[in-house]
Amino acid sequence: MASNKKYWKSVEELNENSSIVAKLEEKEFVSELATDEFLGDKESLEESSTSRRDFLKYVGFSTAAASLAACEGPVRKSIPYVVKPEEITPGIPNYYASTIADGYDFANVLVKTREGRPILIKPNKLANGTTNARVQASVLSLYDSLRLKGPKVNGNDVSWSDANAQIKSKLAELKAAGEKVVLLTGTLASPSTEKLIADFISANGNVEHVQYDALSESASLDAFEEVYGERALPNYDFSDAKTIVSIGADFLGDWQGGGFEKSYTAGRNVEAGKMSRHIQVESNMSLTGSNADKRIVVKPSEQIYALINLYNAVTGESLPSKATPKDGAILKAAKQLKNAGKHGVVLTGIQNKNAQLLALALNAYLESNVIDTAAVKYTRQGSDVAVDLLIAEMNAGKVGAVITFNTNPVYTLAQSEAFVQGLDKVKLSVAFASSEDETASASQYALPVPHYLEAWGDVKIQEGSYSLTQPTVNPLFDTKQFQDCLLAWSGSEESYYDYLKNFWSKEVLGGTAWNQALHDGIYTSEAKALKGKSIDALKAAKALKSSVKTGAFELTLYASTAIGNGQQANNPWLQELPDPLTRASWDNYLLISQADANEQGFSNPVRDNGAIDGQYANITVNGVVLENVPVLIQPGQAKGSLGLAVGYGKTKAMKSEMQVGVNAYTLAADFKNVQVATIENIGGAHKFACEQLQHTIAGRYEILKEVSFKDYSNTDLDPKESWNQVSKVSLKHEEVDVNAVDLWDDQDRSIGHHFNLSIDLSSCTGCGACVVACHAENNVPVVGKHEVRVGRDMHWLRIDRYYSSELDENNEERAINKNSSSDEVDTYYALEQPAENPQVSFQPVMCQHCNHAPCETVCPVAATSHGRQGQNQMAYNRCVGTRYCANNCPYRVRRFNWFKYNENSEFDFNMNDEYGKMVLNPDVTVRSRGVMEKCSFCIQSTQAVILNAKKEGRKVAPGEFNNAVACSSACTTGSLVFGDVNESDDEIIAKKEDKRAYRLLEAIGTDNNVLYQVKVRNTEEA
Amino acid sequence: MKSVKKHSQIKRLVFSSLTFLFLFTFSLSAQGDAKAGKGLFNANCAACHKLDKKLVGPALGKISDRRELDWLKAWIKDNNALRASGDADAIAIYEEYKGSPMTAFPQLSDADIVNIVAYLDADPVKKAGAAPVAAAAVDVKEEGSSNWISYVVFLVLAGLVVYVYFKSDNGFLKIVATIILLFNLAYFGFTALMSVGVDQGYQPVQPIAFSHRIHAGDNKIDCQYCHSAAKNSKTSGIPSVNVCMNCHKNIGEVAEETATAEHSKAFYDGEIQKLYKAAGWDSENLEYTGETEPIVWTRIHNLPDFAYYNHSQHVTAGGIKCQKCHGPVEEMEEVYQYSPLTMGWCIDCHKETQVKMEGNGYYKNIHEELSKKYGVEKVTVAQMGGKECGKCHY
Repeated sequence: MASNKKYWKSVEELNENSSIVAKLEEKEFVSELATDEFLGDKESLEESSTSRRDFLKYVGFSTAAASLAACEGPVRKSIPYVVKPEEITPGIPNYYASTIADGYDFANVLVKTREGRPILIKPNKLANGTTNARVQASVLSLYDSLRLKGPKVNGNDVSWSDANAQIKSKLAELKAAGEKVVLLTGTLASPSTEKLIADFISANGNVEHVQYDALSESASLDAFEEVYGERALPNYDFSDAKTIVSIGADFLGDWQGGGFEKSYTAGRNVEAGKMSRHIQVESNMSLTGSNADKRIVVKPSEQIYALINLYNAVTGESLPSKATPKDGAILKAAKQLKNAGKHGVVLTGIQNKNAQLLALALNAYLESNVIDTAAVKYTRQGSDVAVDLLIAEMNAGKVGAVITFNTNPVYTLAQSEAFVQGLDKVKLSVAFASSEDETASASQYALPVPHYLEAWGDVKIQEGSYSLTQPTVNPLFDTKQFQDCLLAWSGSEESYYDYLKNFWSKEVLGGTAWNQALHDGIYTSEAKALKGKSIDALKAAKALKSSVKTGAFELTLYASTAIGNGQQANNPWLQELPDPLTRASWDNYLLISQADANEQGFSNPVRDNGAIDGQYANITVNGVVLENVPVLIQPGQAKGSLGLAVGYGKTKAMKSEMQVGVNAYTLAADFKNVQVATIENIGGAHKFACEQLQHTIAGRYEILKEVSFKDYSNTDLDPKESWNQVSKVSLKHEEVDVNAVDLWDDQDRSIGHHFNLSIDLSSCTGCGACVVACHAENNVPVVGKHEVRVGRDMHWLRIDRYYSSELDENNEERAINKNSSSDEVDTYYALEQPAENPQVSFQPVMCQHCNHAPCETVCPVAATSHGRQGQNQMAYNRCVGTRYCANNCPYRVRRFNWFKYNENSEFDFNMNDEYGKMVLNPDVTVRSRGVMEKCSFCIQSTQAVILNAKKEGRKVAPGEFNNAVACSSACTTGSLVFGDVNESDDEIIAKKEDKRAYRLLEAIGTDNNVLYQVKVRNTEEA
Repeated sequence: MKSVKKHSQIKRLVFSSLTFLFLFTFSLSAQGDAKAGKGLFNANCAACHKLDKKLVGPALGKISDRRELDWLKAWIKDNNALRASGDADAIAIYEEYKGSPMTAFPQLSDADIVNIVAYLDADPVKKAGAAPVAAAAVDVKEEGSSNWISYVVFLVLAGLVVYVYFKSDNGFLKIVATIILLFNLAYFGFTALMSVGVDQGYQPVQPIAFSHRIHAGDNKIDCQYCHSAAKNSKTSGIPSVNVCMNCHKNIGEVAEETATAEHSKAFYDGEIQKLYKAAGWDSENLEYTGETEPIVWTRIHNLPDFAYYNHSQHVTAGGIKCQKCHGPVEEMEEVYQYSPLTMGWCIDCHKETQVKMEGNGYYKNIHEELSKKYGVEKVTVAQMGGKECGKCHY
């Protein structure tokens, strides 16, 4: 319960004497205006040639000149179409169902286009589509100005017909000489493309297809193939799960292609009286671990023992293993798993075939119905062995041609050098790439492929589900699809579109109309469950145990929530998206535990503007040294373990602002994400762009409330008196609820719409999709690393991450690691080591749209005012930038435009770019310098919904508002629900009346229109 | 403005009745009924034929000089049968027009065809005194004159003040005069500054002298035929060139009577040629060349980017006539900005205009609750929240 816990965002806050925290709590804008710098130096002022009189003259002249210049309006031109396309009405958006499949992210999406330009990605809910931050941001990658704009041969421009003719003749030569041609692709999961490649192989005979994933799931694929006979990944449906034990599997992140959060939160629907128990065993603090009910912190080598011990405890066998300090917790987990029976499931992210076999064996033993072997997934197809063999053969001169598509091995391979050397030895190297990336520049031919929003395609994300990709815009550049080229090289006249259509009508559709499938974006068919063979657990465990490697430090390479595998690293929205846990953006960094940091002399000093600094380390893995890696201390990091995100440190086809971080792929020897490493502290001062301390809520930690599932389900407990208490005040010497007293007159909200937004803290996984969706919908500017560092980020919607410490658990751990003076057992002792294994809560915070808004009363020019639909409105053109409103806002959600972020070369992001600007939403103003901005409840979208209803003469349908607002429509788990509380059949009514509902800082009487639902944790131990 | 509009309507009425009389008397002298023939021609033939020019089919003026009446009857009623019968003339025409057959008109009686031929044979009518439509009176001018008066008043006052300063010794009078002077300065200063950025009357020169008077006024084409986006979208939409070509494929020149004192027929015909250039229409061979050239219009009604305005909200949901904001466009030779488009002007209208609730399912609940709770049946746009900043500024 809230009262027993201390919440904190940064370790610094645990220091009671920190003057910096005190200052940050007091000030909305920590940086002083530079008046002292400007006026403080008396000498230079006296020497200045500009006198006070001169200054006034200039001011007077410029004011007059500006006024005169404003008298004449600009002449604006309007150019209509010559022939208007039938489906386009200027001002009306069109939506197209499509599918993203970039080899890393796979999702069924809806694309919103305006005047023929895609501007927003939404999940295609008809096709059960879900979107993460990268999928949301992919629309901006379409307008990347550094995309490859035309085909090139050895760095020189060439025409498509010449390039294709040259390649065709070279392929013919190679065929005649019987030399091998290898198609190296990322995971395609495209039935028609695979058929096309198979045709190409059978027509030529000397062609081979190798698939490669930058972040390999080869171990899982091998294990599943061995047991079930199909090279695929098992699917999981957590909606009926009772116990989930995950050993190092970040399944709420990108593990095996991700997409599990929807069924995960469905299995934790407390209103329906069910909540799975989720136990996470891991070393890095992952998104999944932060959502877990119990997090067992162990370093990677011990995860292997944990898996075997769990197997032993569940099955009663005694496979060879080793005792670890966490065995007690593992035993409890095993007991819960057994209790759950077929509602239990074990997942593991250990990149070892034997570990995956053990997990499959455990699930088979449990007869788990959570694991799904029917709708198996095809989101990862890469084979490590095949890639290794390819590199060896290339260097041995056995390969005649390498054609890469949808992959960038020169950047993502640890043995990148060997690959480049091999590439020099082949007679023909062709790279199909969207930008002139590392691989494209190392190949002879760099052929530009269209973005998925400009291309045709099909995707089989899982068995029984076929999705279509369709173009939503004319190609921006001189691009051609890989498939079209393959057809051209085979001498076929057919276009890939025709090929795809024929393939679908023959192989997929079975009589359903093509147009219907294209409209829906998906076609589904039956999937049959696969039968598994029995698994030799003993053999697997022996092999697994012998594979354990330990060292001073065990480094886990992970994909960050924002950047993923790095292929969208040139996307400013993703660079600026703070990591959900570290809250740092524009960087990757070495994560280290507090204890190790103390030993190695690392620290993260805090500057007085809230910015965080750090030292650099050199990391050595297998003799490979990665220099100058900034170090960030991560609470909850296993002692003896390190974490480092891949996807950074890219330099080719990247704007200079976006060339941040180090390339961690160089350390992933043997495709393994876990490596034994040594580190060296080399000092220095790295400037992090980290928002841990910024927008601090000034110690009012009652904004977070949580309850155990047991207490929540206990009907004897009155929530208002126990876990969802409302503050009390004294009125006429009687104690009353704080909201019974009000200084303000109530607003009349009885007629028309009254919008509320409900945020369920239980189902918010912190994925950040809403943050990017808000950027896209509302033209929120990107401000860059330095501005984020000094607390001037412009996110209208931030996801605060709070750590809290479970007192009893720490006592238990202390008993194990008894190393200091633990005699004094006072309650607060545990807080001295709270960073060992804190609990995590995510809380999205945006403008609370207070009915009694403190910001409105202090605006001297009435720029912020109240709407009868409940919005707190912001008129940018009226704002003069006093920032009083932000100072008076208790929630710290107002953002000030310190600079002009559009068409300003100082901020060279998408708004300073002729292509990037095309993503702007034409219905929302692009703000200028010196005005305040904040969440508007997407008023442009709610107004559009209302107008459509008026024009059609009908009521607004339930859920229509929820799907219109950017954050709630992007939310996969249904944590954010937006609706009209005056409409009796709206989902929001139940949310508002739920016993979990509360408002932030209710005691101050702002009467918010944003509601929160108390976070529920399943703390039930076995 | 209202009076002006009526004035021109009366004028037009007089002119058209005169034209009608003139035509009527003329038609009496012809053999068939040329007037009836004209109606039939316009209804059935004009899509493909003109009197003096080739269109889809040949020019038909003075057709009797070239063809026998019986042949014409047979051809018009069923040209297919005539060709099948082996008529050499019929086959020649068919081949001249690259095998595109003419629609058969079996529904036309012999008398109808006689009437049509009578119309075709008649001398082209020169309309005496084609209506020189009164140039739209712009209120800007009127405002100018009232300003002029106030300038005079100001000058007189200023003169008085100067007189008081130099000729009078009365201190009190001087103070009063100074106060009056200051008030005046403040008034004029304020008025001048308030008009900054208000472009009422803005009438830029357009790349094509498109006349709304001819289209919306004389020919009574509905506004939304061309501005079809207005009912659906936030913009009213400048029609794309293909919309113009729906009619102008057949209308290559204006009628004599369309010309005004200001612009001759040749001028208007030249403007149509500009359209053809934009559309890539070869008016000789009657085909598209594919060489198009978008027309770069100058925008007249400019709202700043921070103000959101939606046409469909007003046109479809609100049922407001276009003229309410755009003025008598059907009388404008060249369109100018009729309304000030200031925020005060928007708000004033929102305060007065009642929301059209009847028969709209969206308002059903709102209307019921209003009448139940407050006993009110009608509300203005402003009362429904149409005065809130956030409704137009986001």
